[in-house]
Amino acid sequence: MANVLVVGEIKDGALKKISKEVTSTGKKIASQLGGQVEVLLIGDGAEKFVAELSAVGADNIITAKGGDFNAEGYANIIAGVAKEKGSSIVILPHTSQGKDYSPRVAVKLGAGIVADAVELKVDGGNVIARKPIYSGKAFANLKVNTNVKVFSIRPNSQEVGSTSGAGAVEATSQGTGDIKAKVTSSELSGANKVQLTEASIIVSGGRGMKGPENFPLLQELCDTLGAALGASRAAVDAGWISHSHQVGQTGKTVSPNCYIACGISGSIQHMAGMGSSKYIVAINKDGDAPIFKVATFGVVADLFEVVPSLTKEFKKVLG
Amino acid sequence: MKVVVLVKQVPDTETSIKLGDKSINEAGIKWIISPYDEFAIEEGIKIREKNGGEVIAVTVGPDRAQEVLRTAYAMGVDNAIHIKVDSYNTFDTAYTSELLASFISSISPDLVISGRQSIDTDSSQVGVQVAERLGWGHVSLALKLELNGTSAKVTREIEGGTAIVESSLPLVVTAQKGLNEPRYPSLKGIMTAKKKPITTKLPADLGNPEAKVEVTSMEPPPARIPGRKLDAADADGFAQTLVKALREEAKVI
Repeated sequence: MANVLVVGEIKDGALKKISKEVTSTGKKIASQLGGQVEVLLIGDGAEKFVAELSAVGADNIITAKGGDFNAEGYANIIAGVAKEKGSSIVILPHTSQGKDYSPRVAVKLGAGIVADAVELKVDGGNVIARKPIYSGKAFANLKVNTNVKVFSIRPNSQEVGSTSGAGAVEATSQGTGDIKAKVTSSELSGANKVQLTEASIIVSGGRGMKGPENFPLLQELCDTLGAALGASRAAVDAGWISHSHQVGQTGKTVSPNCYIACGISGSIQHMAGMGSSKYIVAINKDGDAPIFKVATFGVVADLFEVVPSLTKEFKKVLG
Repeated sequence: MKVVVLVKQVPDTETSIKLGDKSINEAGIKWIISPYDEFAIEEGIKIREKNGGEVIAVTVGPDRAQEVLRTAYAMGVDNAIHIKVDSYNTFDTAYTSELLASFISSISPDLVISGRQSIDTDSSQVGVQVAERLGWGHVSLALKLELNGTSAKVTREIEGGTAIVESSLPLVVTAQKGLNEPRYPSLKGIMTAKKKPITTKLPADLGNPEAKVEVTSMEPPPARIPGRKLDAADADGFAQTLVKALREEAKVI
């Protein structure tokens, strides 16, 4: 028997989609190994999400008070709960918060970790984690050999199933403990209402955008679709848009359901960041651009004409 | 101020990857220093230029990994340590961080800087794992680092903005793009780097940690959904065709 602990995430009073993804995957693994899945949610109002989480597999929901995010504090709570519950498998979100605390959780549990996995499956009693490597040019299947095994899961990589769980609730007394590196202030730019790494649709602009004054064109399409705005390195290095929007090798790795590349030629470095997107749309005047090799739907045309038409068309059909 | 920078050798992004059974076929691969580690080296050197002290570059890997230490020397670090692991499993971050933490604790630096992630495995693990093993604080995704005697003030990237984090030293910081502009090594730097000493350590010198993660197999990426170029007379035609394809065929919007 193996009990699985997964960690969900709350943002601005709402349950993040990744929480359901890790819960559903945790349920799949736990039921194959004959155990149950417990979901830890840190933050105010965690009790509100019991129904949502039990619908996708949570057998037990553990709520914790964590205050503002701090990697050390969250790691203390997560590792504390995992020890208390005797969890043998811990599944974490590979989000910006998850990347910050997962290394500490793994060490506290004396565990090996596979980070940024896109699939977990049970094979002969072992969990095999699959992850893209070398910028998506290959995949590795990996096995963790420590007693407790830790995995972190790339957002948008998991199907959310409909197997429900028992949905019990409890509050943990595990706390944040002493914290060495403290956040003293923070500033939100409000740039992307939808987080790039977790967005299911991304509209991205490159060198073909010609200047910062043209990005509102893409923002309008984003707003219509509830998409996040991305950019290629060329657009960021030209100073047209901030680095927080950059997709690719020296930016963010994303795997949305749909990636709409506008005026992006598709360098290897860019594809390293978005190559695992499910559907890729390329809008580019140059029909020979490498992006068309990976595009599901290619539009060889002037983006300055097609993007406004596209926004108009989506507004029409989405009402 | 004693600063340790963690560096890793990775295949160049442009290099094509040929798979063996449980590892890649290394023949013909061009190896580079993982780009985020260059920000770490640069920051270390800038700190020394301002405060004095020394910068020590450390890498884990087989013999070929010494090349990244030569690059670090050429950029301006003072010392280089090679933790030599012959059949190095680049995916076992917990093993790597155990070796590094064991070495680092033996020299008690004030600061450790790593890249935010290496571009071969993108795990984002080793720097922060080292902090946990040493019992230190950490700040990841650093965009600006200010040192004031025995404490540090770090501006970091967070979801949708930035945050300022303060901590006493020692501390681990992971470098995000934007922290600085890494310098190009001078020709003289490159020439003298060739003659600088590299200290080799073996796992046996560092507590011989157990491997924790094992590769069971590697495979090429799955085939993409076959693509096609859409056909239309004008922009509105393209828009209509594309919206139809995304809604009815792909069902993603």
